[in-house]
Amino acid sequence: MSDEINVTVNGVPHVARKGQLVIEAAADAGEYIPRFCYHERMSSVGKCRMCLVECDTGRGPAVTVSCMATVAPDMKIDTQSPTVKRMQEGVLELLLANHPLDCPVCDKGGECPLQDQAFSHGPGESRFVEEKRHFEKPIPISDLVFLDRERCILCDRCTRFADEVAGDPLIHFTSRGNSTHIATFPDEPFASYFSGNTVQICPVGALTAKPYRFKARPWDLQQEESTCTTCSVGCRVVVQSSRDEVLRYMGVDSEPVNHGWLCDRGRFSFEATKSAERVLQPLVREGDALAPAAWNVALAEAARLIGEAKAAAGAGSIAVLGGARGTNEDAFAWARLAHEVIGTTNVYAQMGDGLPVGLLGLDRATIDDAANAATVVLLSPDIKEELPVLYLRLRAAAEQRRTKIIELTPKRTGMTPYAWRHVGYQPGTQVAAVDGLLADADVAAQLATGPVVVVAGRANLAESTATTVQALRRLLDAVPGATVLPAFRRGNVVGALQVGMRPGKGGLDTRGTLQAAADGKIECLVLVGSDPLADFPDHSLATRALAGARRIIAVDTFLSASAAKADVVLAASAFAEKAGTHTNLEGRVTSLARKVTPAGVNRADWMIAAELALELGSDLGYGTVEDITADIAAKVDGYAAATPAAIAADSDGVLTAVPGAIDPMNHVEAVIGERNAYDFRLVVSRVLYDQAEGTAHSPSLAHLARGSAVHLHPLDLDRVTSTAGARVKVSTASASVVFTAVADDSVLRGTAWVPFNQPGPNVGELIDCFAAVTDVRIENV
Amino acid sequence: MATYPWAAGYVDDGDRPKIVTARFEHEDSYTITRYHATEGYAGLKAALTRTPGEVHDEVRGATVLGRGGAGFPAGTKWGLMPPEKYPRYLVVNGDESEPGTYKDRLLMERDPHQLIEGCLIAAYAAGLSQVFLYIRGEMPLAHERVATALNEAYAAGYVGKNILGTDFSVDIILHWGAGAYVVGEETALIESLEGKRGEPRLKPPYFPAAIGLYGQPTIVNNVETLSNLPWLLRNGVAAYTAIGTETSPGTRMVAVSGHVARPGVFEIVNGTTTFRDLLFGDEFCQGIRDGNSLKAFVPGGGSAPWFTPEQLDVPFEGRVAGAAGSMLGSGAVMVMDDTTDIPTAALTLTRFYAHESCGQCTPCREGGTWLMRVLERVVEGQGTRADLDQLLEIGESICPGKFPHAANSALGLEATPFPYKMTTICFVGPSAYAPVHSALTHFRDEFEARVADTPARRQIPVTAVH
Repeated sequence: MSDEINVTVNGVPHVARKGQLVIEAAADAGEYIPRFCYHERMSSVGKCRMCLVECDTGRGPAVTVSCMATVAPDMKIDTQSPTVKRMQEGVLELLLANHPLDCPVCDKGGECPLQDQAFSHGPGESRFVEEKRHFEKPIPISDLVFLDRERCILCDRCTRFADEVAGDPLIHFTSRGNSTHIATFPDEPFASYFSGNTVQICPVGALTAKPYRFKARPWDLQQEESTCTTCSVGCRVVVQSSRDEVLRYMGVDSEPVNHGWLCDRGRFSFEATKSAERVLQPLVREGDALAPAAWNVALAEAARLIGEAKAAAGAGSIAVLGGARGTNEDAFAWARLAHEVIGTTNVYAQMGDGLPVGLLGLDRATIDDAANAATVVLLSPDIKEELPVLYLRLRAAAEQRRTKIIELTPKRTGMTPYAWRHVGYQPGTQVAAVDGLLADADVAAQLATGPVVVVAGRANLAESTATTVQALRRLLDAVPGATVLPAFRRGNVVGALQVGMRPGKGGLDTRGTLQAAADGKIECLVLVGSDPLADFPDHSLATRALAGARRIIAVDTFLSASAAKADVVLAASAFAEKAGTHTNLEGRVTSLARKVTPAGVNRADWMIAAELALELGSDLGYGTVEDITADIAAKVDGYAAATPAAIAADSDGVLTAVPGAIDPMNHVEAVIGERNAYDFRLVVSRVLYDQAEGTAHSPSLAHLARGSAVHLHPLDLDRVTSTAGARVKVSTASASVVFTAVADDSVLRGTAWVPFNQPGPNVGELIDCFAAVTDVRIENV
Repeated sequence: MATYPWAAGYVDDGDRPKIVTARFEHEDSYTITRYHATEGYAGLKAALTRTPGEVHDEVRGATVLGRGGAGFPAGTKWGLMPPEKYPRYLVVNGDESEPGTYKDRLLMERDPHQLIEGCLIAAYAAGLSQVFLYIRGEMPLAHERVATALNEAYAAGYVGKNILGTDFSVDIILHWGAGAYVVGEETALIESLEGKRGEPRLKPPYFPAAIGLYGQPTIVNNVETLSNLPWLLRNGVAAYTAIGTETSPGTRMVAVSGHVARPGVFEIVNGTTTFRDLLFGDEFCQGIRDGNSLKAFVPGGGSAPWFTPEQLDVPFEGRVAGAAGSMLGSGAVMVMDDTTDIPTAALTLTRFYAHESCGQCTPCREGGTWLMRVLERVVEGQGTRADLDQLLEIGESICPGKFPHAANSALGLEATPFPYKMTTICFVGPSAYAPVHSALTHFRDEFEARVADTPARRQIPVTAVH
């Protein structure tokens, strides 16, 4: 192979790859070269000078920066010569000269590359007797991250991350020479969705995260590798705990998924697990109040309610909604309970806020496929807000000129600056937007250059899915061979849908179920970790449905708005309290670890399902979570490879096959009515920080929700009111809500955007889930 | 004739060939009128009658050495650009800020058209159409003169589209520096031009010729280097190489400062002139001030290791100076007579480099300041004997291995030739150490005297804990 290059590392022959960095080649040969600024997921800068070695390419040993220089034929790499050792000791002594050496009170102490390498490669003692550099410390550089400039060794990792990886260059060096330090812009914090990563990659204790500061010492932490279930990207993490309390997540570098990065919501939402507001035991309704009950009492009551419902109007009057928050095993156990034991077909894991389940029947792309495709078409919500690490991967693909991104969205998104083509469309005109795009000769040529991946999802909660489905169909028909990455958002929604939390033949989906409940046709509504009042876009329907359902059983970790209306609440264990597996949006099954004991007497959802089945006179046959994992592999279409052993063997998990049991989505007709020129067409979508339970119950994140407001293009705002920040009344034919008006040039003219599930007025009151689009009148109050 | 009131600092004495300073005798040397009257733009016209390759060959043949510090031949440098990669740029390094150096300022203030003509010749030979003239921010007069000259040159059709009716078009863009020494380093200058922090780029790539401004092939040339080209094109290679030696042809400008009777900028013959000629010659500096004796001198800008009277017979020839343990650098000679307090002199220079460190790499950022702080204590009489070895130890962390120094027969020292190894990205770090090392090598007794009375610092025993 011409790609092989023969070198020697400390005299030992080694075969390196062409173009490989010396530091990597040495690592492959078993020689660890100390480093601070070098990070394998970012470009090399060679600033810390710790990785200096001597390389001889025939002209004698030369001082070489091993993180910058690539291997050359017959290069003799020496990582241990007296000169190298002298340089390493010199650089370390210099790095420590102004470092405060406050390791005993530093969070990083014990896991600090500076500390470790000072021991392994340092001179042992410092001769620096001058007064050290002083800065005010620590200073908050964002709501979540503190900076100690005295500890900082100016390695450029956090600043490079912010610029190169996150695309939020909000921190940089300022001043010069010995007084160089990291700073934000004046009055502008490091408000990146990815700021927590800088804490993880900081090689010293300069950056610390608010939720973890002074909480534990690294040697007291125990850890288990797991998967983040905050969204459906499924980033690999380690869950770290001390004294049975979850204290921190750290990103794990999973090549096909997250490359080590996490979003802040995923990283810090662990606080919810130990929230004092958790439901800690089963609750049974006694009159107007929910009273604590023993498990046997609560389960018997739940079984009684199901039995009553069945007796009253048959199994078809029972509906089970949810499953997306749990594990594959939770979903499978509940799917079996619903379909086999209870006998209902009204089962669904989605909350009426995604595209139809048929999306999962299309030819699936992986995240890697998308990040290496010639073209990615985003017919999706703002993935920076909804699937943040997928945004990082696609942004990198665009920035590294591998991939051209074509974006079709109803408003500008975080991805727009990196898009090769951006098409903003008025809700309901997706098909015309796709047609217009396909008619463009440049676009047609680009689509023909190589693999095309369509990231498809629901960009607007205030319109039906029909036009998006139509547009997606049109696109897939026009680009043969294109694959789809389904942009379902919620944690394990793909897993839940695939293992069976979807309607059986003739069954109702969520919208149908809620409509039936509102009409008084649902005798028993079972909510498995779902909260229609918060998450179902049509708030009015959800309210009527919960009032109309005769009996409600809720399985939840918190007493959510919907759970509070239940007759029985079965206390569920949360993330990090239960083991199992997770399926991400590309169909990758990875392990979830149980790291701490469940709060209170809470149980995993699958256990509750198994117990409830017994109460109903059936035995699901499960004793352990592995039983279910094995059963899923045996029974669920596409999961044959996802055996417990295979999942345990590979940190990156097992990729499942596209389930043949799910019919690919088909063309649907949609009729969009004529539009009144005075009206604004409503766009409602999610942003990263909202009132979801994991966020609202994590104190560090809760206050980051931006609040409910109607965003209008500045010129439109002028039309409606003279002042930004004014109160405006937003009305449909049946409801009106008063919002604060905000000027926002990412919103298209003629549309109005409201973020969903935010503190403040509820935009859900304006949404009619049966309407094709939502047109609103906006008036100055 | 000696000096001109309008060219303060410039000394024109004796009968020597003049290449770049020939017009300095005229008070209005910076105007296009005077330039036209003194063969102005004849070099450009001569160049335009030849092919770019021929002009390049001429510059290569004349071995025009870079006058910025490294002494790299300009013709060879141009040849390093990958062929067929366009656009390519010429960046003129007018960010002259090496301590003791003030020759480029005079060239820009007194003969801006010569520089512009040089740029045009280089642009023609190297096949490029955009030139960036980066002038140090602290030189407002140079900026004003070059700007005025540039306007005149545009108006006269020497710069812009279809120069002198040919197909050759060049734009020259003037850029004003913001006050950082390190931007004199060519890659830092490129970063600064791109609007980023003025920090040297990482090597490799070693030369911006391959990947330079905006990632394109780029030549960075010094003001004096380019100012040589009009004369070369007018008079030919033979006339140019007839001056000086084979390896160092032509003349070079030298700025002498410090304790000489007549400091100033001189245009001297390259290669043959020795430091003795320069410092003691009647047509040059006319000896040490007040009849004092010479103690030491810095031969090539503040970052060069020092020479002592033993090296006075070293000529202005790069390789000879390098073998003797220093470098000719930017052509700045700083002279110290026997009244000089050596530790203070070393501190003055080191303080400059510590202050001018850009701060991106560890050894320079931390080491430079540490050297300065220890030296400060020593100079104030607060140092200890251990501090002197400490200074050398810090220096070794910046430059591992032997650091160049001149021979000193009184101390029994042989010369250690240039160059040195370094752990830093650029030469600012080693520059902070060079004066310390030279001073301690040749004048350790002066430091010993400073620390003689201070007690050795108490050693705190370090007990290993297992």
